[in-house]
Amino acid sequence: MTSGCFPPLWILAQADESTAIQAQTYWLLGVVLGLLALAYLAGRVLKRYPPGSLNLALVERFNHRIRVWWMMCAILVAALMWGTGPTVFLFFLVSFWALREFITMTPTRRGDHRALFWVFIVFTPLQYLLVGLSGDFYGLYSILIPVVAGLFVPARIAFSGDHKRFLERSAKIAMGLFVCVYALSFAPALMNLRLTTSAGVKWGEEDSSLPNAGLLFYFVLIVQLEDVLQNVWTRLLGRRVIAPAINASRTWEGFLGGVTSATLVCALLWWATPFRFWEAACMSMIVAVAGFAGSMVMSAVKRDRGVADYGTLVQGHPGVLDRIDSLCFAAPVFYHLTRYFFCVFL
Amino acid sequence: MNVTGPFLALIAKLLSGASVRWLDCQPDTCQRVYFANHTSHLDALVLWASLPRDVRAVTRAVAARDYWERGPVRRHIAASFNVLLIDREKIKVHHSPVEIMLREIGNKYSLIVFPEGGRSENGEMGEFKSGLYYLAKRRPDLELVPVYMDNLNRVLPRGEVLPVPLLSCITFGPPMWLEAGEPKTQFLTRARAAIQRLKEM
Repeated sequence: MTSGCFPPLWILAQADESTAIQAQTYWLLGVVLGLLALAYLAGRVLKRYPPGSLNLALVERFNHRIRVWWMMCAILVAALMWGTGPTVFLFFLVSFWALREFITMTPTRRGDHRALFWVFIVFTPLQYLLVGLSGDFYGLYSILIPVVAGLFVPARIAFSGDHKRFLERSAKIAMGLFVCVYALSFAPALMNLRLTTSAGVKWGEEDSSLPNAGLLFYFVLIVQLEDVLQNVWTRLLGRRVIAPAINASRTWEGFLGGVTSATLVCALLWWATPFRFWEAACMSMIVAVAGFAGSMVMSAVKRDRGVADYGTLVQGHPGVLDRIDSLCFAAPVFYHLTRYFFCVFL
Repeated sequence: MNVTGPFLALIAKLLSGASVRWLDCQPDTCQRVYFANHTSHLDALVLWASLPRDVRAVTRAVAARDYWERGPVRRHIAASFNVLLIDREKIKVHHSPVEIMLREIGNKYSLIVFPEGGRSENGEMGEFKSGLYYLAKRRPDLELVPVYMDNLNRVLPRGEVLPVPLLSCITFGPPMWLEAGEPKTQFLTRARAAIQRLKEM
C-alpha cells in the first residue's frame, strides 16, 4: 500500500504537485460540495414554509437525506485524502456491516454456523486485503469469492451434515457474499487501475498516492444522483409502477427521467475523468441503469423476506444495505468497463 | 481498576451488534430482576452490556459455578463483571440458590436470571424453573423485568466456540410483580408469556 497523504499536506503544499490529488478532482469535489450546500439551503427554506402548505414528512425526509449525504461525502473524502489503504478499509467496514444485515435477515440453520464463520472472518477480510495490496492482484480478487468461496461454502455446509433446504441455504449465503462483499469491493479496486484516455494517452499523476480518487468519487456521484433524481421524477410524473409487488415507489417515468438526467449531469462533469464527453455519457448511463437494477433486486429480496428495510431486527430504520444496494450492482460494471476501455497493463 | 468489564462489554456489543429497545420500561438503578430467554453463552454478557453504565454497576448476572470456575480465564471474566455464581450440584435446604441470591443482592443489586435453567437447543423457549417464583415471593418489592433476546442463538449457538457477528436485538418489557396469592404455575406461565409477547412486538 502506498503511504498516506495527510490532509494538511494538500492544503499547504499546492506547489508540490507530486503528492497532491489532481486539480480536476478538487474541482469535482467543489462542484459536489456546492450542490450539497444548495440542497441544504433548499431544505432550510422549505422548513420555514408555514405549516400546512407543504408535506412536512416529505421535507423532513429530504433534510434527513441531505444530512446522510453530507456524512457520506465527508467520510469518503476523508478516506480518499488519507490514502488507498484507508479507503479500502472504509469499504471493507461497509461491506462487513451490509453482510451482517443481509445474513441476519436470511434464515440459516445451525449447520451453517461454521460456514458463516468462514464467510465473515476469512473471505470478507481476505477479499479486501487482496484489493488493497499494492500491485494489482486482479487475478486473485476477481476469483476469490465466485470460485473459492463459491465452492467452499456449500462444501462446508455439506460437511456439517444438515441437508434440509440445502440448496436454498447455500444460495442465500452465496448471494449475500456476492452482492455485499464481492460486488462492492470493485469500487475501491478502481484505485488499482492505471488509467488512460481512449486514445491511449496516460491519464493522471504518475506518482500520486491517490491515483484514481477522483474516478471513485465520480462513480459514487453517478449512482447517488440517479437514486435521488429517479425519486424526484417519480414524484413529479410517476404513473406506471414497474413492479408493484416489489417496490411500489419505482416507476418507469422515474427510471427514464432519473437515468437521463443523471447521465446528463455526469456527462457535463466529463473533465474530471479520463473520458470524453460522449464516453462519460455512455458510462454514466450504464452505471445509472445498473444502480437502478440493484435497488430493484434488493427490494425483491426484502419483499421475499417480508421486511421493509435491512436496518436491524427492529423495523423502521433503514440500514447500510438499503443505502448501498445500487452501489453494489454498479461497481463491478463500472470497474470492468473502465478496465477494458481506459486502462493499460504493464 | 477493572478494565476487563468495560472491555468485555464493548466486545460483546460489537460482536452481537445488539440494538436495545425499552418498551414501557426505562433503565433505572432500582432493584430489579431481569429475566430472559436463554439461547447462547453470550446472553448474560450481552444483556449486562446493553444496560447503561450506572445500571450495570449494580447489576449482577446469575450463572453456574461449575461452568464459570473452570480455568483462570473464565474465573477472571466472571469476577470482572461481578457474576453471582450458584452451585448447580450441591443444593441444600438452607443454602438454596434463592437464599444465596437474596443474601448477595441485599438492598443494592439487581439480578439477571435465565429461568429456563439452561440454554435451549433450537432457540425455542423451554419451561421456566420455579426459582423466579420463590425469588418474587420472598422479595415482592423487586421489579421483574422481562427481556427478550433475539438472534443471539445464531451469533453463538450451543456447542459452538467461534461466534458469527450477526445482528441481534434485546427488548426490555414492562415490569411485572407476583400478585397476592398467585399460584406458582400461573405466575411462571405469565412470566413466560411476558417474554413471548416481546418477541412479537
